[in-house]
Amino acid sequence: MSKPTSLFVIFFSLFIMSEAVFEDQVGKFDWRQQYVGKTLFAHFDSHSQSSNKLFLATDKNIFASFNSRTGDLLWRHVDKVGPEGTIDILVLHGQDALMVVGGGRLLRSWDTNMGGLNWEAVLDTGSFQAACFVAIQDTVKHVAVLKKAAISLHYLTNGHQKWVENLPDSDTVQYQAVYSGGEVEVYVLGVVPNSHLTIIAYSLEDGEIIKSVEAPWLSSVESSCVVIGQGVLMCVDPATLALYTLPIQAEEAPQFNQILLQSLDLEVSLGFQPVLVSSQPHPARSPISEFFLQLGPDHHVLLQLNADGYTIAALRDFQPAFLVSFATTGEKTVAVVMTPKNETACDINLFSADSGRRLLDTTVIFPLDLNGGKPFKLYVHAFLKKDDSVDYRVLVQTQDHALTFIQQPGRVVWTREEALADVVTMEMVDLPLTGTQAELEGEFGKKADGLFPMVLKRLSSQVILLQAWLAHLWKLFYEARKPHGQVKNEVTIETLSRDEFNLQKMMVMVTASGKCWSRQSLFIFVWSQLFGIDSKSGSILWKHYLENVQPNAVFKLIVQRTTAHFPHPPQCTLLIKDKDTGLASLHVFNPIFGRKSHIAPPALPRPILQSLLLPVIDQDYAKVLLLVDDQYKVTAFPSTKNVLQQLQEMASSIFFYLIRSDQGNLSGFRLRKDLSTERIWEVVLPTEVQKIVAVNGKRPNEHVHSQGRVMGDRSVLYKYLNPNLLAVVTESTDAHPERAFVGVFLVDGVTGRIIHEAVQRKARGPVHFVHSENWVVYEYWNTKSRRNEFSVLELFEGTELYNSTVFSSLDRPHLPQVLQQTYIFPSPITTMEATLTEKGITSRHLLVGLPSGAILSLPKMFLDPRRPEVVTEHSREENLIPYAPEMPIRTEWFINYNQTVARVKGIYTAPSGLESTCLVVAYGLDIYQTRVYPSKQFDVLKDDYDYVLISSVLFALFFATMISKRLAQVKLLNRAWR
Amino acid sequence: MASVPRSFLLLSIIPTILILCADFACCNTGRKTGDGLDTDFSGFSVPLEHSFEVDDVSRFRMRGALQLRGGRETSVSLSQSQLSEEDRKTLKEVAAVDGLYKIRVPRVSLTDRQTERQMDGYLTAFVRACSLVESHLSDVITLHTDVSGYLIGVSIVTIPGACRGTEVEDEVDLEAFNTTLTIIAPTNAPQPETALFIERMDIEHEKRGKPQEQKSFFAKYWYLILGGAIFLMASSSAQPSAGGAEEQQS
Repeated sequence: MSKPTSLFVIFFSLFIMSEAVFEDQVGKFDWRQQYVGKTLFAHFDSHSQSSNKLFLATDKNIFASFNSRTGDLLWRHVDKVGPEGTIDILVLHGQDALMVVGGGRLLRSWDTNMGGLNWEAVLDTGSFQAACFVAIQDTVKHVAVLKKAAISLHYLTNGHQKWVENLPDSDTVQYQAVYSGGEVEVYVLGVVPNSHLTIIAYSLEDGEIIKSVEAPWLSSVESSCVVIGQGVLMCVDPATLALYTLPIQAEEAPQFNQILLQSLDLEVSLGFQPVLVSSQPHPARSPISEFFLQLGPDHHVLLQLNADGYTIAALRDFQPAFLVSFATTGEKTVAVVMTPKNETACDINLFSADSGRRLLDTTVIFPLDLNGGKPFKLYVHAFLKKDDSVDYRVLVQTQDHALTFIQQPGRVVWTREEALADVVTMEMVDLPLTGTQAELEGEFGKKADGLFPMVLKRLSSQVILLQAWLAHLWKLFYEARKPHGQVKNEVTIETLSRDEFNLQKMMVMVTASGKCWSRQSLFIFVWSQLFGIDSKSGSILWKHYLENVQPNAVFKLIVQRTTAHFPHPPQCTLLIKDKDTGLASLHVFNPIFGRKSHIAPPALPRPILQSLLLPVIDQDYAKVLLLVDDQYKVTAFPSTKNVLQQLQEMASSIFFYLIRSDQGNLSGFRLRKDLSTERIWEVVLPTEVQKIVAVNGKRPNEHVHSQGRVMGDRSVLYKYLNPNLLAVVTESTDAHPERAFVGVFLVDGVTGRIIHEAVQRKARGPVHFVHSENWVVYEYWNTKSRRNEFSVLELFEGTELYNSTVFSSLDRPHLPQVLQQTYIFPSPITTMEATLTEKGITSRHLLVGLPSGAILSLPKMFLDPRRPEVVTEHSREENLIPYAPEMPIRTEWFINYNQTVARVKGIYTAPSGLESTCLVVAYGLDIYQTRVYPSKQFDVLKDDYDYVLISSVLFALFFATMISKRLAQVKLLNRAWR
Repeated sequence: MASVPRSFLLLSIIPTILILCADFACCNTGRKTGDGLDTDFSGFSVPLEHSFEVDDVSRFRMRGALQLRGGRETSVSLSQSQLSEEDRKTLKEVAAVDGLYKIRVPRVSLTDRQTERQMDGYLTAFVRACSLVESHLSDVITLHTDVSGYLIGVSIVTIPGACRGTEVEDEVDLEAFNTTLTIIAPTNAPQPETALFIERMDIEHEKRGKPQEQKSFFAKYWYLILGGAIFLMASSSAQPSAGGAEEQQS
């Protein structure tokens, strides 16, 4: 008895094992792109002249290093999500990169060469304010960290604390800046807003001097003051339009020296808060005495503090100038200024910092992308050429989080679209047919107009086909003569066309609304971006910048018309909805080219509750999108006469549901002929007991091939395939581990009938679930056993179908049989999705994103409530795996082998033209695209398929038959003669 | 059809009452009712209302009263009157235009008897009027409760459920409801069956383990060991003699 069982298990494991990728297949069908997010701090490695490293700290709590020549990621450290991992500051000195993490919780030092952690020191509590290097006699030995109420000094070599001092009057004084100019003292600057400035000097060997300076006009040191020259504090006051200077190191009680901007012939733009920009090239030396003053959104002035420390000279006026920055190499400091050139480009020039003179031959052209954001920040890497002149490269950060690295004379070395680190939703769209294919398709699409024109049309299209074929042959011939490496294999929008098996698609990705807060102009840019990415290579083919998207917006991407309706272009619609107000807007575009459609979307003055895509198509083959507003009025898009007429005709069969999770209310509506609605059912889950956390229907493009399952005794168990079924998951409001539960309701979306109602006791969320075919798989946290568990629900109609021809929710009186089984899963999960294939013949797998970054392809066969506890003849006949409470995780099931996807947030699956193949995109911080073959490649010949052998055998057999036939004839003839 | 004596039919249209006790073996009635609720918990009654209008605007009227009884064995019964002449006419008209027949019950809690049983709002469900007519008013009404005994949903289906367009000639067929009433509480989803699995594994282990233990290593291979030993002994006794022979020769 046991022997067959074990054999059976071995058979299965063999059957499933052969899924892993072979070594030579790595990267053949899959690609991964790693992102880091919005740059907060960027530094070039100035340690050695030849170094080409770039260090970034980002808002996604990532510290990363890039190769500045290629833009490739060298290494990346992904810290915790949330405030615990936020990077407060990143400063670089020599080979050490110092970072304060988690709001002043930790001080870390990284080795910039290898990216290893040198040391980590835990800081005292208190919110972080500022940090700087402290040098004595030209060597940097310490780092000072300023907190709200204390300052501490740490050794650079091991992170040990040298001393810590509590700051006096920290409840009234806001300490905001720390400064060290290479002398034996560290200065802490604090301010009591609109009263006075406090300067505390700490000698490195401990000891403090407190100075207080009257400054009733000063409200913040951080935003309006900089230190320049030999320790001179320079502040700007927008109210009096004056600059104030103050020598920090002065012995006796110092006084602010006022210099009116008017005296320098400078004028501030109306309503603009002037900003100062200074530079301290080396922590062991004092800052340079030149500084920028920004007077308007595109007006900067380069100023110099004279040697006396009181007077200021204007070196050069820059107007218009978007961005300015300082860069230092060796002993030379240059000012870098970005000025607009024309609509599509900006000029970047170098100016000598001490004279304001423009350096010759230093112009770099930065191309402005109309579909991208405006330049936001400059990071300049200056270096000396052999002839001692200054050369430089610029990293431009634009508002859309993109980074562009430019070299002279304006060559874009690389671009990184960091907005893709935060993809919220995506769709895959088929690529269009090639011109010739489209021509043929078009012929069938046209209305017939007589016999003769049809013949002509046919002939003309045949000629075009012949032409294309000849051109193709010529191209092949031409390319064959060229050396191998020169054959271009680049993907551009023009060359995009569907491949034989529809394996290459266009990925349309929507990124979360980003925010860019510009200090200079006091504007908050809110935006979101759309990307079109080629699924084969991962190259970005187009992008579109959507302005004024609210930060809490939710997106829904809808494909209204696919590429199948030539000559009509495909059409996608992005529904952008404000989460709080519910007000929505539509963005209609062509998913292949990214261009905005000329079709005007309807105005939506009222909050939108629900949107649904109907299978109804208008005369241009676009599916109709219905939008339901808060008065239950329906807007159709497109809303042509044809559509409205169709809607009126089938109004009584259009049902939709609304869910108000805050009231626990599910209700169903039916459309009326006048496009108003009537409420027809209502289910209320009391919010005192449980709250709805998620509702999921089935995917509309899902096909189920087999209506039932053949059982061991050759009878058929029919699946309950209700396309209107909704899976509603609730969590109890009572969080006590003994009383907490997770509820799963299966509700018919048309009739509101509760098909099944199950309660998972002692369970808690987060619940991840997949609803497909006739099953629901959900995962939850078991509070009693403290583990993650998977549960599967399957619905069957029984051994007889009620109505085998058509399914109607209105006519299905019997409740289905529900089977359920639960398993232990040895890992938490972050997201879950099911594979999807063209016709649904291929067996299904679940794709599970694990926190480790692996994506597990779990065969649905393991999640089958009919897995028997005791193996019988019938269950073996049916290929059911015997029940085991624990779900295995096998490493060969990881579809992304070692290409982990950090912080995976979602998995998208799309069918391809091959029934065996499903396209998978996992997105989170990284984007990973691959193909999976849940039932192996049953419809594809292997790469190493022996065509020669098979054809030679065929031919040999053929000739053998011919010869033997001939011989037999001869023999027969001979016998007849005898 | 029409020849059936009317008096006979009238007899059978005594308001149908159908009680269906829903004591599901697996469901959790034990916990939610447990503590303070006694067996003598008296039931209470809530109205069951229906609406069927040609213009599809809901105007709910009394159809009957639901007798709900919470406690250890949740039960429900329905008493309803028959349809009036006018109602029958309207129902047939509604069916002809493919209108809806809607029912509603107020939201109540079956277990909570201190607080007011009735919360605001109703639970609504519908069925196509034509299918109700064609099934001769035989419907199945199901009430769903949640874990703590609140009514969360109601559903109505007719058997058969299809609208085939068959004409119901006899008005009498539409006089009284033939209702099947059920109340369903949520089922408990299963936990992973570890205990059973371990038990089964143990049995399998025992089965597999026993024959191996019966024969020890020595018992199995004694002849090999013995043979080896004899061979060793033989070779060791042969060697000195060979050496001796050599010595003798030299």
